[in-house]
Formats: sequence, C-alpha cells, structure tokens
Amino acid sequence: MSALLTVLTVPDVSGAAVHVWQRNFDVFRRIWRTESLGIGLEPWIVIVAMGFGLGRFVELEGGESYIHFLAPGLMAMFPMFAAIFECGWGAFMRLEMHRTYEAVLTTPASVDDLVTGEILWGTSRATFNGTYILLVLLILGPWTSAIDSWWAVLILPVAVLQGFLFSSLAISFAALARAMSHFGYLFNVIVMPMFWLSGGFFPLENLPGWAQRVAWFMPLVHSVELNRAVLAGDLHWGLLIDVAWLLVGCWVFYRIALALMRRRLIV
Amino acid sequence: MDRFAVEAVQLTKHFGDTVAVDGISFSVREGECFGLLGPNGAGKSTTIRMLTCSSPVTSGQLVVSGHDVTKNPRLVKSRIGVVPQDENLDPDLPTRQNLEVYARYFGLSREVIRQRVDEQLEFFELEGKAKEKVDTLSGGMRRRLLIARALIHEPNLLVLDEPTVGLDPQARHLVWKQLRRLRERGVTQLLTTHYMDEAAQLCDRIVVLHHGKILTEGSPRSLVRDHAGERVLELRLPASERELLLGEVGDALDIEPYGDVAYVFGSEAALAPLADRVGDDQRALLRPASLEDVFLRLTGRGLVE
Repeated sequence: MSALLTVLTVPDVSGAAVHVWQRNFDVFRRIWRTESLGIGLEPWIVIVAMGFGLGRFVELEGGESYIHFLAPGLMAMFPMFAAIFECGWGAFMRLEMHRTYEAVLTTPASVDDLVTGEILWGTSRATFNGTYILLVLLILGPWTSAIDSWWAVLILPVAVLQGFLFSSLAISFAALARAMSHFGYLFNVIVMPMFWLSGGFFPLENLPGWAQRVAWFMPLVHSVELNRAVLAGDLHWGLLIDVAWLLVGCWVFYRIALALMRRRLIV
Repeated sequence: MDRFAVEAVQLTKHFGDTVAVDGISFSVREGECFGLLGPNGAGKSTTIRMLTCSSPVTSGQLVVSGHDVTKNPRLVKSRIGVVPQDENLDPDLPTRQNLEVYARYFGLSREVIRQRVDEQLEFFELEGKAKEKVDTLSGGMRRRLLIARALIHEPNLLVLDEPTVGLDPQARHLVWKQLRRLRERGVTQLLTTHYMDEAAQLCDRIVVLHHGKILTEGSPRSLVRDHAGERVLELRLPASERELLLGEVGDALDIEPYGDVAYVFGSEAALAPLADRVGDDQRALLRPASLEDVFLRLTGRGLVE
C-alpha cells in the first residue's frame, strides 16, 4: 500500500540526474567506435534480408512493397531494443556487478536522480538509433520508397516517447532481477512477443479479434501505429489515442521504476 | 566546547524482527579518528549505512555535520566522503575519469575538478596510473583510489568501512600512512574494522559494538588498561600441565581459556616467574596486553554462547 502511495508523490529529482546521464555519455564516447560497427550494420542487414529477400515472396494489398510496410515497424523495434539493452542488462550490470549505483548514491544524488538519469540515457540511445535508421531509409529511399512524407521526421518524438517508456520498463525489471539469467523473462515474455506481434511484420487486422484486443495493451503497437502514420504523412485525430497511451505508459512505468529501485537500493 | 561531526542518540535499526542496531549513542568529535569495532554482525556496517543515508533509521536520532540524516540526506551526503567495504570503482572508466565523473555529482566546476583530481592523484601516489583502466590496478592502488574519490569534494568527515580488508601488509601500511597524514591535516575520520592493530594504529577513540549494542568506549590505551591490564601470558600447554603451573597461584590470577590457549592477565611481576618456569616462549609467551585481548575478552564469550 505504501508503495502505491509513493506513486502519488513528486519525484525527488535534481540536476544530479544530468550527471548520471553524462557518465553514460562519457563511457559511450570511449566505446562508440567498437560498438558502432554492430549497431551500424544491423539495420542494413535487416533491410536487405527482410525487404529485398523475404519481401519478394510477400504480396500486399494494393501492390505495396514489403519493405514499405516493414519500415515503420523497424523504426519502432530498433529503438526499443536500444532502450531495453541499455536500461535492462546495462543497468543491472551497474547495479549488481559493478555497484556503480551504490557509489553514485554516496554523492548528493538521490535514487530518483539515478533512475531518471539512466532512463534519459536509454531514451537518448533509442532516439539516436531511430535517427540512424531514418537516415538509412533515406539513403535507400530510391530502392525502398519507404518514406512518403516530410512528416517522417516525427518518428523522432515517437522514438523519444517509446525510448522513455521502454527504458522505464527495463530498469523496473533490473530493480527486480536477482541474476542476469532473469532477463530471459523480460526478453521472452515481454520483448519478443511485442516484437513479433506489434503489427510491424504483418497487419494486426490479420489476427483474430481477441488477439487484436490483447495487442492494444502492448506499447510497441502504438509506436508502430504512429510511425506508420507519420511515414505515410497520413495524420489523423485517432493518433492522439496512441500518443496518449504512450504518455500515460511513460508516467506509469517511470513511477514504477522509481518505486522499485528505491526499494532495491534503500534498505 | 567540542564540535561534533557525528551525533547518534538512541540510534536503532530493525530488519523485520531482527534488531541490527539496538539504541546506540555516540559522538565523533571534529578532527578525531573514531573507530567502530566489533565482530561480524555486530552492527557496524548497518550503522555506516544509516550514516551515509542508504538505510533509513528505524528510531533515534543521527546528526551528521549538523544535518539530520532522515530530513536532509542530500546535505549530509554532500558533507561526507564514503569509502565502501566492497570496492565500487567504475570499471568502464580510467583512473582519472573515475575521480572526475564522481566529482561532478557534487556540482563542482570543471576547473575545480581538474585541480582536485591532480591533488588527489599526487597525494595517493597514483599519477602514473591516471590513464589506466581501474581493473589493471593492484588491490592497494584501487583502495587508495577509493579513498581519493571519497575526498574529492573535501568532506567534513571521511567514513571508511573496513578500509584495509583484503590488502597485503605493504598495501595496508601505505593506506595507514595516508590515513594518518589525513588525520594530521584535520580530516575527521570514522572507520569500522575488525583488525585490532588497525584500530590501535589509527583511532583516537573507539567504541566496541556487539549484537548491536555498545559494550565499551574509550581510547585504545585506556581500553587496554581497563580491560586487559598490563601484561598477558599466553599458555599453550596441555590442561594437566597448565593446572600444575597455575595450581598454587591460579586463584589469584585472571585466566581466560580461549580454545587451546589460556590467556593469563596480570602485572609483569606476577607473570614473569611463571613464564620463566616454563622457559619456552612457544609454550608460554609473555607480552604486553593489546586491543585484541580487550576485544576477545569483551566479545569472545558472546561468540561461545
């Protein structure tokens, strides 16, 4: 009950949250060369394999190319993975293996500063990732024609929203996990079902009605929906429901992350 | 009048039904080195965790550098430097950046940080390792880096939880040397340890904790005088021989059997003839009483119970 009530209080966040973000940025600046090869290569491979390879066997209504259908999904999935890795595995390393969090908490930084800084970092990585894939699709534009409209730049705020949400979700999980192997649950029970069933690979309308209703509760469904609309330049009022869903999701999972991490670290 | 870096009044911590710290009161004067001693599970680390605001106080009051830990954790944490028991340097960053990134959390300017980091690297003899990753440093260097990190914001109080645990003798002595130099500079220190020689080397005043309560308190010298006396005779003799030796005088002496060794406490005059009679310091060793004797006398019985 008291855990529920803390959700109603104002988070105890100060400028130290920025320093938590900065620490991660400093580390990233040291390792980006080695990391960027993997991150940089992946979208190209996926687009070639799925778009040009698999895509030849897929026929869509109205003669839409498969890569055109797939692009909005990719732009949601890659940022999701970036956020989940950073604030799931990465956070757990810093929490449990390296005890970095314990060190940060001996400074004036609060648990809320720590969690907020980490989530902002996960959000940054997700947004960075989204930007990169947007660039890749622009470069491949002549072959994929995945981007139909200038509204496509709005996938960046979508990446921010879902980056924040998935970072919060992942760090909540890190606060509960007792061993690295527990992340199997996060991956197999939450992330992978969303990955396959979010409407990125095939239209959700192909699913039975009950499955569509279940899918509505998955955050990735709403970011894929938003991406699909902005890439096509097809903006309509119904999208506000998706935006609202993500905003509420961000706040709820953020508060859960704060509460769980306080319980984990202050005993 | 003394000013206090730490004032604890009836400080208590419960974990569920377990009482980890049971209403202890103590104060640390500014400029002194204060030791919390006790066997494992005595409540030392829990006290430290409350003091560093990472464990809520169940009841009682704890004021650190003039601020209540419950009401003002950010202020308390900005005024203390913490050296943790389990090393938590950032393995993703090199030595120098470990200090810089940590200093940033205290809101120091870039210029001040650069200057302080230089000073600390020099004081702790780590300049040559500034660019090395921390996992390439030796255990002693990592411990010195931890202490340097804790001093980066020039705290009022340095809190050290088992500062030399796991170090080899050379590395321990180097850490002790630097802690004594800090003491001379007027840095108040509060440390926990279960090494009695460490407490004797470093501390002005000590409290001995046991089962979450304070057993005794005083300077190392006065504790030795009050609880162990002047000399100790360590007897490693079979029980029959021991009784033969102590037979006539035994009742007049203060004897503490502990495992296979019997400790006899008393004056030089009383104990020297006994040692001479055995004539073998492998079997009967006469030596000055130490803090270790105090510790065993006060907490040893508890461990047997």
